[in-house]
Amino acid sequence: MNSLFFVGTGAVALAAALGVLLSRQPVHSALFLMANFASLAVLYVTLDAQFLAAAQVIIYAGGIVILILFVIMLIGHEANDRPDSRRGWIQVVSVLLALLLLVSLGSQLLFRAGAAKGIPSGGTPAHIGEVLFVRYLLPFEFVAILLLVALIGALIMGRKLKAKEQPTQEEQTA
Amino acid sequence: MMDTNLYLALSALIFTIGALGVLMRRNALIIFMCVEMMLNSVNLSLVALSHRWGNVDGQIFVFVIMAVAAAEVAIGLAILIANTRHSQSVNVDKIDLLRW
Repeated sequence: MNSLFFVGTGAVALAAALGVLLSRQPVHSALFLMANFASLAVLYVTLDAQFLAAAQVIIYAGGIVILILFVIMLIGHEANDRPDSRRGWIQVVSVLLALLLLVSLGSQLLFRAGAAKGIPSGGTPAHIGEVLFVRYLLPFEFVAILLLVALIGALIMGRKLKAKEQPTQEEQTA
Repeated sequence: MMDTNLYLALSALIFTIGALGVLMRRNALIIFMCVEMMLNSVNLSLVALSHRWGNVDGQIFVFVIMAVAAAEVAIGLAILIANTRHSQSVNVDKIDLLRW
C-alpha cells in the first residue's frame, strides 16, 4: 500500500517535471512546476517531515511559483524558444550529458549513501523548532540577513533608472 | 532500506530532467524554473537521507535551501526584468551584451 502510494505520487512528480521541460508556453511550465512542488510536499509527509511539507507548499507553491507567474505575465509572452537550426546538435549533446549525469548521480546516491541507522526522528514543527533555535541559531540568523540583503538587492535592481542614467532613444533602438 | 532508495532514484531523475531543461531550453524563465526543480530534487534527497539516518539535521539544511531559493528567485527575476528593459527578449541567446 505504502509503496503503491509512493509510485503514484512519484509518477505525478516525474510527469510534472517532464511537463515543465516540454511545454511550449511558459505559463504551462509554471503550472506543471506547481504540480511538481505539491507532489514533493506529499512525499515529504510520507518521510515524516511534516513541517517541511507545510513550508514547501507555502514557500514554493504559494510564493515562488506565484512570483514566477507574475513575471511571465509581465515579460514572458514569447513562446517560441527553439535554438537556431544551425545548432541542432545542442539537443543531442544535452540528452547525452543528461544521461551521463543520471548514471553518475544514480550510482552515487544508490550505492554509496550508506545503510540505515537510528530510528527515524519525526520532523514535526516542535522538533524542528527545537533543533533550529538551539543548535542552528547562528545559521538561522544568517538566513535572515541573506533574505534582507536579497530584498534590498531586488528593490535596487527593479527600480526605474534615474533620468540621467536612462539610455537615450537611439541607444534603445540600436 | 529499499524504501529510501526509491526516493533517491526519483530525486536523481528529477534533477536530471531539470539539468536537461537548463541545457535545452532557451527561454530564461523556463531555465529558471528548471533550476528551481533541481533545488527541489536535492531537497527531496536530503529529506530522504534524513529519514534513513534518523537525523533531523538534513531537514534544517532543506529549510536553509528554501530560504536561499527564495532569495535567488527574487534577485534572478529582478535581473531578468531589468534585462528585458534593454533587449526586449527573454531568449538567452539574445543576452550577449558581454560576448566577445
